[in-house]
Amino acid sequence: MFTPKARGELSEALIDALRTDSVDARPALALDPTDDGDLHISLWVMYELMYRGFDDVDDDVEWNPTVLELRRSLERLFEDELRSKYAGEPLPEPFADKLAECIENHDGVSVAAFIQRDADLEQVLEFLRYKSIYHVKEADPTTWVIPRLSTGPKAAVIELQYDEYGCGDPNRLHSNMFVRGLEACGLRSEYGAYIDDVPLEVLKQNNAWSLLGLHRRLRGAALGHLAAFEATSSLPSRRIAGGMERLGLPGEMIAYYDEHVEADAVHEQLAIRTICGALVEETPSLAADVVFGAMTCLGLEDEFARRMLGEWSA
Amino acid sequence: MSLNEFEHADVVLCPGGPLLLRGEHVIEDDKGGLHRTTRPVSAVCRCGKSAKQPWCDGTHKVIPERARP
Ligand code: FES
Repeated sequence: MFTPKARGELSEALIDALRTDSVDARPALALDPTDDGDLHISLWVMYELMYRGFDDVDDDVEWNPTVLELRRSLERLFEDELRSKYAGEPLPEPFADKLAECIENHDGVSVAAFIQRDADLEQVLEFLRYKSIYHVKEADPTTWVIPRLSTGPKAAVIELQYDEYGCGDPNRLHSNMFVRGLEACGLRSEYGAYIDDVPLEVLKQNNAWSLLGLHRRLRGAALGHLAAFEATSSLPSRRIAGGMERLGLPGEMIAYYDEHVEADAVHEQLAIRTICGALVEETPSLAADVVFGAMTCLGLEDEFARRMLGEWSA
Repeated sequence: MSLNEFEHADVVLCPGGPLLLRGEHVIEDDKGGLHRTTRPVSAVCRCGKSAKQPWCDGTHKVIPERARP
């Protein structure tokens, strides 16, 4: 993958700096982001240095202190925004049941229902291009969290991740099932292929995964985010698969969503009960962050859905 | 029990939801059909409303509370 297009002054200065021989992100540090798009593409680029990197950036830049300093300053802005919007309410006991209830009662708009009934082929392909940014690295941000956990929650996360990673069978690795679906649809399947096209809301969702996954301090929020993601996947996946069947999309892509109907009915229980339940039982002080992570996941999906439904109904 | 010993059940009943099965099993449904588990943990429907019997597909969340297991 090559570095994406800049979306403002800051990302331009950052990407220019990353592509030089002696990387120094200090000029970018002196700039304010032009807008949220500029901020989030910059953050996305800096996070990607920790996943797969870029063909036009030296691998050594991953731990460049000036880049990390810039990343930290943008992360603070993003985390402040998320905390002010999605802090959530403290939950009574028993925590896992109340977390399940609170996710279930969240009232958001649904892209899945639109895809099931009304979307045309172009809209579904647009949806897949946007979702590809996350799905080609599905489950990876959660993997950062594992070494930061104690025995119980660690084993529980592994039980879920093992299934995400196809129990070691590359053909069943969820991210690879999505890649094969993209290919069957005639879409590009390389990592990050559509990054220049995605709207701000998609960048924010991806950056939230990485922000929560990469900070030990935020491990509670990362697992709360995971729980909300898994718990709001099974039924919507069935709707999306239904819409894709209606439109005659290739079986490989339908198979991906079909797999998630069943898999996420399991993962939801694991994430809420054996992962978040165990985590909070052991470390009650993490409860508020678990809720914050869950609300962040639901809130950002809602921001995405509003954007898409607004555009599609215009 | 030592702090380092954990309860780890093979079968877990989820309140209002499915039954989780850890490991490999073959399930016989109510018509005598056999279904082999394919993942490390499987969720068996307890509400009777799943469209993917015998597996849970999340439908238990959209049925009235009193109809849930
Ligand atoms: S228990 Fe989940 S659908 Fe029946």
